[in-house]
Amino acid sequence: MFAYLVRRLFLMLVTLFGISVVIFFLLRIVPGNIVDILFAAAGYVDPADKANLEKELGIDQPLVVQYWHWISGFLRGDFGYSYVSEKPALQEILPRIPITARLAGLALLFSASIGIPLGVISAVKQGTRLDYALRVVSLSGLSLPSFWLGLLILTASVAMFNQMPIFNPNPQTWLEAFATYAVPAAAVGFRSAALTMRITRSSMLEVLRQDYIRTARAKGASDAAVNYQHALKNAILPVITVIGIEAAFLIGGLIVTETVFNIPGVARFLVEAIRWRDYPIVQNLVMLIAIVVVSANFIVDMLYAVFDPRIRYTD
Amino acid sequence: MRSVRALAATAALSLLAFSTIASAGEPKQGGILRMYHRDSPANASILEGATYSINVPFMGVFNNLVIYDQHIAQNSPDTLRPELAESWSWSGDNKKLTFKLRQGVKWHDGKPFTSADVKCTFDLLMGKSQQKLRQNPRKAWYSEVNDVTPNGDFEVSFDLKRPQPSLLAMLASGYTPIYPCHVSPAEMRTHPVGTGPFRFVEFRANESIKLTRNTDYWKKGLPYLDGIEYTIITNRSTAILAFVAGKFDMTFPTHITIPLLKDIKSQAPNALCVVEPTNVSTNIIVNSASPPFDNIDIRRAMAMALDRKAFVDILFEGQADIGGTMLPPPQGIWGMPKDKLETIPGYGPNVNASRDEARKLMQKAGYGPDKHLAVKVSTRNLAEYRDPAVILIDQLKSIYIDGELDVVETANWFPKVARKDYMLGLNLTGNSVDDPDQSFYENYSCGSERNYTNYCNKEIEMLFDLQSQEIDVGKRKQLVWDIDKKLQEDVARPIIFHARAGTCWQPYVKGVTIMSNSSYNGFRYEDVWLDK
Repeated sequence: MFAYLVRRLFLMLVTLFGISVVIFFLLRIVPGNIVDILFAAAGYVDPADKANLEKELGIDQPLVVQYWHWISGFLRGDFGYSYVSEKPALQEILPRIPITARLAGLALLFSASIGIPLGVISAVKQGTRLDYALRVVSLSGLSLPSFWLGLLILTASVAMFNQMPIFNPNPQTWLEAFATYAVPAAAVGFRSAALTMRITRSSMLEVLRQDYIRTARAKGASDAAVNYQHALKNAILPVITVIGIEAAFLIGGLIVTETVFNIPGVARFLVEAIRWRDYPIVQNLVMLIAIVVVSANFIVDMLYAVFDPRIRYTD
Repeated sequence: MRSVRALAATAALSLLAFSTIASAGEPKQGGILRMYHRDSPANASILEGATYSINVPFMGVFNNLVIYDQHIAQNSPDTLRPELAESWSWSGDNKKLTFKLRQGVKWHDGKPFTSADVKCTFDLLMGKSQQKLRQNPRKAWYSEVNDVTPNGDFEVSFDLKRPQPSLLAMLASGYTPIYPCHVSPAEMRTHPVGTGPFRFVEFRANESIKLTRNTDYWKKGLPYLDGIEYTIITNRSTAILAFVAGKFDMTFPTHITIPLLKDIKSQAPNALCVVEPTNVSTNIIVNSASPPFDNIDIRRAMAMALDRKAFVDILFEGQADIGGTMLPPPQGIWGMPKDKLETIPGYGPNVNASRDEARKLMQKAGYGPDKHLAVKVSTRNLAEYRDPAVILIDQLKSIYIDGELDVVETANWFPKVARKDYMLGLNLTGNSVDDPDQSFYENYSCGSERNYTNYCNKEIEMLFDLQSQEIDVGKRKQLVWDIDKKLQEDVARPIIFHARAGTCWQPYVKGVTIMSNSSYNGFRYEDVWLDK
């Protein structure tokens, strides 16, 4: 187990180094930099002003030097300054992380708490009207883009209640705070819930046909005990994998959801930073996201080991 | 020595204020004006910006020497009002403009405002100071200014190379606030300090901009509002829905397209909405340095093929204006009258006849039904650029030109244009002041950084200078019309239309005036109030 842990940790570091190189050079391949954008917005260019600004921001230096400055700073916890706001990048990124984390957490919670039970019900009631209805719901969840669903929710809220569930930075009650995140989390989590439901259903169907389930039933175990204690425990592994992967993919859904619901989280901030070619923000933020994703994968792998003794003892 | 007395201006201002107040009821103190902002500006420094995304939220932080009357929609020489200057006067030879400055004005950090601040501001703008602006997009506005000289603490003179009556117009623009000497340009980008009715509180990129009432404002009793809060919402649908739901008191100025205006009126029937020209023209930039558009016949044919009314009908449901370089009347001060405009090839009412002529020119250049000219029409990847570009491509088909849309991301648009890496481009040009000096010199003068097409005509250049020095408004107008006509005939940068856009606010918001010939100058908001 220890050797497995060390191997996984080493792989994690190599992956993160690779990601840092890819992030850095991909950003430089994208045409235009912050100086081009600032002058494009102003509709003129003064070569001397442009050169001064490039020098001030350090983007006139060789790429290797720029990479070293960034990565050594990152390792020291010095994230540099945002090119746009001229504030420390960390100061810009940090306050936005809890917002997105809450939203993502709530979306995942929504996904798991809706997707898993409905998936189990759908599998247990296979071929019934309820199963068909739940499969339609899950299909629609996979088909509806979250930005469209978000806009639909907003339009319906205004038309029906004359209320607009967009972000409230200063909620007065816990209910207001919950409402601030619940609606967008539902919009973005609907897709994940649908996927979780489908995976849970197919995994459950496979497990429910196993001999040991028949044995459990023959021994007189109740339906609930068979479904939740015997079947679900073994069907949950692929579901955990999917939820882990979804946590990484969620950032894509969050970008549009944060835009539609006007939530000042890191996902929307990242898109704006890319638009401005604000390298210190983009590089550091993507790197932080990469660390979260790689760590999430690591944790999922460890959970596998916890749930499945066969993995625990394979060294 | 001609003088414009502050007394007369103040009397006019008082009379106007009285009539406004009388019609709107007694102004009430208090309340926060909540608006959405269409995007997150790059910084908070108006002097370094070239978009009204900066002017709208930050104009209230500052004062100018002079300002356009904030309650008269049309900016004109007659609506100039003193602000940090109490009065101004021209020397006999019209080469020296002297301002008497207001005393007792304080910056938001408590330091006194003096003539040194005016000098510092214009030294920055003219590139003469030690400290530099990161970007200085309006340096050319002051090309005729030799020097700005303080005469004691409360008087300052602008020494000009030659008479330039338009200088006052540029000083009155929302783009020309006075900056404090003691605050660096870098600090002004992140934490602006002004003398204006509102103090800067906070700018959180992509989130919000907050201003609070300047309790020590030199205009006693103003502003009425306790503050202004801008929530940055880049998604237009979300922003408009939020306005309809009552989350905001006002939309971002001139942000509502004509089709969306109908939605607002149907969903929020009590909202007050106005549609005004933005003084932003949609035009064609032609690379006349290389084939095929180095041929004047092809350029002329292209200009004659335009059905401008079709653009206006499709994109604005008829609510936009057709004109030359200068915004057409009645909102525009300097635009050509309709009868003169229609004498320009391509502007006449008979589009078919004009296209017949255009086809003959194309045939003369070697193109016809069997030999089409293939061109790329480049434009920025924004709806207001893309949509007219598509219509343009369709219209060019009528004269044997097959256009292909080349959509360019914002970051690459200007470098591409500057490299002349385009054949035909569809471009938008915003005019911050309705004045020929700003428009002609910026866009058509030889060597100007914004003259994207490198159009250079020495004869026209002389006429630019002639109109710029003309004191008599009537005579100047005639000169401007002749220049504008010549520019269109030369196909220097064919103007397709001048856009209009809407602004809406809730009925309890009082004292808002949307400027009708510029979208850069009307956001001081010191006497906007909430009737709640």
